[in-house]
Amino acid sequence: MAAGHRRVDIEEVSDVTVAKFIDKKILDEGNIQIIGTQLFGLVDEDGRKKIILDFSNVEYLSSAALGKLITLDKKVKKAKGKLKLCSIRPDIYEVFAITRLNQLFDITETQEAALEGF
Amino acid sequence: MSLNISKYYLENSRNRVLAKFMSSDEYFEVKIPSDTAEGQAIQARIVEVLEVREYPVRDVFAVRLALEEALVNAIKHGNGMSLDKDVDIKYWISDERVRIEIQDQGEGFDRTHVPDPTLLENLERPCGRGIMLMGAFMNLIEYNEQGNKVTLEKIKGVAPEQPEAEVQGDEEEE
Repeated sequence: MAAGHRRVDIEEVSDVTVAKFIDKKILDEGNIQIIGTQLFGLVDEDGRKKIILDFSNVEYLSSAALGKLITLDKKVKKAKGKLKLCSIRPDIYEVFAITRLNQLFDITETQEAALEGF
Repeated sequence: MSLNISKYYLENSRNRVLAKFMSSDEYFEVKIPSDTAEGQAIQARIVEVLEVREYPVRDVFAVRLALEEALVNAIKHGNGMSLDKDVDIKYWISDERVRIEIQDQGEGFDRTHVPDPTLLENLERPCGRGIMLMGAFMNLIEYNEQGNKVTLEKIKGVAPEQPEAEVQGDEEEE
């Protein structure tokens, strides 16, 4: 795995940034670091304030990945922006529900619904 | 079958392996260095056996998630990624259940001192969530007294006992 390899596809839909995970499994420490760097860069470097994270491809997610999402949420809130999560399959949603992170994050079923909400 | 498995472990010559077969059950002991890539290889191996034994997708998801959390805990928090420390893994797989023991060479920890990650004040802290997920997805999670060995068990097709209301109840309030 090449360092710095993109793990997230970025797309602009009007003033909203849609970041779609490429990997099926967000487990491996190295991947999680790269994903974290890429996502944090959206806020810290690019100054983006409206971000949607699209989980359509994600089949596995570990608690280390949750940690990165929490930090991202914190950064976005600090920048007075808004973060939404969408297209999370039921198994993965359960991971959010068990850890009560479904109450921290704004989660919608589809990307369209997330876009409408901004 | 045994040939394939021998080949798998020969390829991982750094691992000291003892393989035994009890009728149709599979039992393994394997020692891996504190390297998450080695952990991933074991994970893949166990998942493969579960799939061959036709464990439901949900069980495979649960075991993979719990293994990931337990191995990362052992390698990172237990052994502090120190390459001269090993992680001992034992697993038993039958058609009814899978049992996994993971032991690191760290000092261990007191589970009662792990903060509740679901409390508002702890939501942004990175710790405790892995243990919580293991508990929620597996039928058994048990630590030894020292806290450097975890035992996990998943019974095929049997959902763990959960406070279902909390898991299912998708309350919308802040």
